[in-house]
Amino acid sequence: MSGALAIALVAIVAGASCGLAGVFLVLRRLAMMSDAISHAILPGLVAGYFFARGPNLIAAFLGATAAGVLTVFLVETIVRMRRLKEDAAIGLVFPALFAIGVLLVSRYFANVHLDTDAVLYGEIALAPFDTWNVAGRNLGPQSLWVLAGLGLLNAGFLYLFFKELKLSTFDPGLAEILGFRPGLLHYSFMTIIAMTTVGAFSAVGAILAVALIVIPAVTASFWTTRLPVVIVLSIGIGAFAGLLGYGAATAIDVSISGAIATTLGLLVGGSALFAPRTGFVAQALLRRRQRWAFAATALVIHLAHHRGTDAEVEESRLDHLQAELGWSSDEVNRIVRESEEAGWTIREGDRLVLTETGARAAAGRLVADRA
Amino acid sequence: MTWTEVFTDYTLRNVALGSAILGVVSGVLGTFAVLRRQGLAGDALAHAALPGICLAYLATGSKAAPVLMLGAALAGWVGMVILIGFLRRTRVDPGSALAIVLTTFFGFGVVLLTVVQKRPDAGQAGLDKFLFGQAAALVQDQVVLMAGLSVVVLVLIAALFKEFKVFVFDVDYARTLGLPTGRLGALLTALLVIAIVIGLNTVGVVLMSAMLVAPAAAARQWTESLGRMILLAAGFGATAGIFGALWSVSQDHTPTGPAIVLILSLLVVVSLLFGSSRGWVWERVRRHRQSGVGA
Amino acid sequence: MSVRPALAHAIEVRDLTVAYEEKPVLWDLDVDVRSGALTAIIGPNGAGKSTLLKAILGLVPRVAGSVSIFGKPLSEDRGKVGYVPQRSSVDWDFPADALDVVLMGMYGRLGWLRRPGRTEREKALECLEEVGMRELAQRQIGRLSGGQQQRVFLARALAQDARLYMMDEPFAGVDAVTEQAVVETLRKLRDRGKTVVVVHHDLGSAPEYFDEAILLNVRLVASGPIDEVFTPENLHKTYGAGARFLVAP
Repeated sequence: MSGALAIALVAIVAGASCGLAGVFLVLRRLAMMSDAISHAILPGLVAGYFFARGPNLIAAFLGATAAGVLTVFLVETIVRMRRLKEDAAIGLVFPALFAIGVLLVSRYFANVHLDTDAVLYGEIALAPFDTWNVAGRNLGPQSLWVLAGLGLLNAGFLYLFFKELKLSTFDPGLAEILGFRPGLLHYSFMTIIAMTTVGAFSAVGAILAVALIVIPAVTASFWTTRLPVVIVLSIGIGAFAGLLGYGAATAIDVSISGAIATTLGLLVGGSALFAPRTGFVAQALLRRRQRWAFAATALVIHLAHHRGTDAEVEESRLDHLQAELGWSSDEVNRIVRESEEAGWTIREGDRLVLTETGARAAAGRLVADRA
Repeated sequence: MTWTEVFTDYTLRNVALGSAILGVVSGVLGTFAVLRRQGLAGDALAHAALPGICLAYLATGSKAAPVLMLGAALAGWVGMVILIGFLRRTRVDPGSALAIVLTTFFGFGVVLLTVVQKRPDAGQAGLDKFLFGQAAALVQDQVVLMAGLSVVVLVLIAALFKEFKVFVFDVDYARTLGLPTGRLGALLTALLVIAIVIGLNTVGVVLMSAMLVAPAAAARQWTESLGRMILLAAGFGATAGIFGALWSVSQDHTPTGPAIVLILSLLVVVSLLFGSSRGWVWERVRRHRQSGVGA
Repeated sequence: MSVRPALAHAIEVRDLTVAYEEKPVLWDLDVDVRSGALTAIIGPNGAGKSTLLKAILGLVPRVAGSVSIFGKPLSEDRGKVGYVPQRSSVDWDFPADALDVVLMGMYGRLGWLRRPGRTEREKALECLEEVGMRELAQRQIGRLSGGQQQRVFLARALAQDARLYMMDEPFAGVDAVTEQAVVETLRKLRDRGKTVVVVHHDLGSAPEYFDEAILLNVRLVASGPIDEVFTPENLHKTYGAGARFLVAP
């Protein structure tokens, strides 16, 4: 397998596997837990190195996963003591574990090359050099197999426990009552998240691991509210970002991990701005439209309110509307146009007169909104 | 090593002073951040500083601390604006929004780092060191700069203490009192960014969140008054800063940042268990006695 | 439209429309609040009671209409209105004791840079005394009962010494002692010539506690002296067919 192909494949598979893992993590509002785990696994790696008396993939993996689960446990214990809020608990636990890791590395492994800065950046470009050889056959990059395995693990877990996860995410109380043991499910899920983070971390670095887990799921949720579609989209977005980021990075010769994270950021930023309905632009337009529509409705309700009273003539004069309703003359023009287009009012000299349609619209709106 | 060396040894003095200053500033601003539930915003903004540092270098060609700090602060500010945009204008939850800002900015920063390294004058790269803390390499000019910034921060907090207090406690009420709540919030965030920039240089990006959260979290367990909480947090921060610096200078292979953070973590554990106001142990004892009486 | 002289009105709301992206909303509300009276804002859940309060205080944007307080727009002198928010609106875990919270009532008057001193502390303690909370002045606010927390808010309002008070559900979920303390405080404020507007949800107690009422359901149903406003017809209009179950015989 060529180096370039190997890197591209690792990027795509990492994106797909993490994208899948992140869906329920984001739905459970635990995105920052993956950030905490990605930093806290450092002492776990050291512990693995220590117990195996040297670099050993399995020991490192087990140690790091255990540290990840420990992070979750410590954060939840502190929150359960009800002394600190969750954000503070996370902000305490992972730096403490990371500090222990850095200290251990610099004390006992000063001669071993375990650069703590590189832990954050990650260097996916090294992927092809770390191949898996069985019985003399080169089976390709190790991280590719690890990530693919983690993807399958996530898929299997979701397949088996989809309805339990869904229920315990949206209604933990009900899940408890129905006997689904949300606590056990939660820790199983977080263990898989920790494993995924560790796997992605060793291939692409801590920060990109977090980006790959969180951002595809968030991006997907801008485009659909149907959970199965979110899952499929999230996998696709992760893989696509991996490929695109890799392509961009090689084209302009910059860090691949950095380029993939940047691509993910652009994807979620673009979705947040431009997604139909939920995007910023769509929302802003909707709000503006609603504002004018509300204002026009307020106008006809105001006219209906005074219809048939002594004050009717006074209350329906255009200049009076401007003063009383607190609108500028431009706003009054716009709002009056809005209501004339709807057929709610007609102009008679300097007065506005309510049509029958307008009167019905006003009455209907008031009935509809009643509590 | 003796105590007097803190005042005579040039390196030790700079490291200890720099760490103490950081401890005070981050203790004070961390108190507000924790009360506003922005404990993790510090983490996101610290990571968000990287592209700012790179762009500042690319724009000026200078690696002077004030230039890089300004770049870091501007990037942190932009990160905060985007974060707030996500929270106000979309349905993305706060944790996801933080993760998005953190990873995207940092990833873009890593891209820029590789751009910097490719420049012909790359001999002077190593910008990333700015981000991973180099307390042991603090020089006097940097400490003076840190001191100057922290004086500005502390004077503003002292002058606007009661306004910040009511703003953090109840924004709507503060507005009805006629306070400019939008500007107060922006100012508090700007001060937080300054604290983070000071910290990047000293303890580094990953440990910064502990510098903000830990002193405040420990202090909260000992008092029910905001004023005392701030003073205690500053005290805890300074103590951890000085002792962390001493520890790291007196022993080989002990980086300053992790040393400070471990001392702070220890302070938090002790405070959570034995804090005079909210200590967990006292509550257990009380409950035990109560159930004993009941039985 | 009202024919009473403008000065008799603490609040004049004209053609007020408030619309969120969703409910609750208020449509074209004209209402006056008489100066020196206890006024209840009454209506079913979702009728826009709290929204009206917040719109008067300028805390939510208006689509149309105007609000004047003692003849001037609110922005001209904000400190003259004392706001008592819903208890659920703040973090009771905050590091502050009852006295700290009451002192906040005087922050507006103190102005920038000045700190509350001995005079302010004494005044705050007096206000706590008035609501029967003096001995709990040093207690952390999270360790107070719901009713005690409500009374701390009342004491803060007293300390603010405003002309007009706006209270959001001060009777919600409180014990009998607090309910009595709230009522007494309201009357004391009225006797000192203050105007008080209260969001209230208990129809049964309203006629006993209040002078005037504003019946609300998205639009104004009726407003004025409570005896005149509380007719079966008005209540039916406000609450729909359920009204007869809500008023105790």
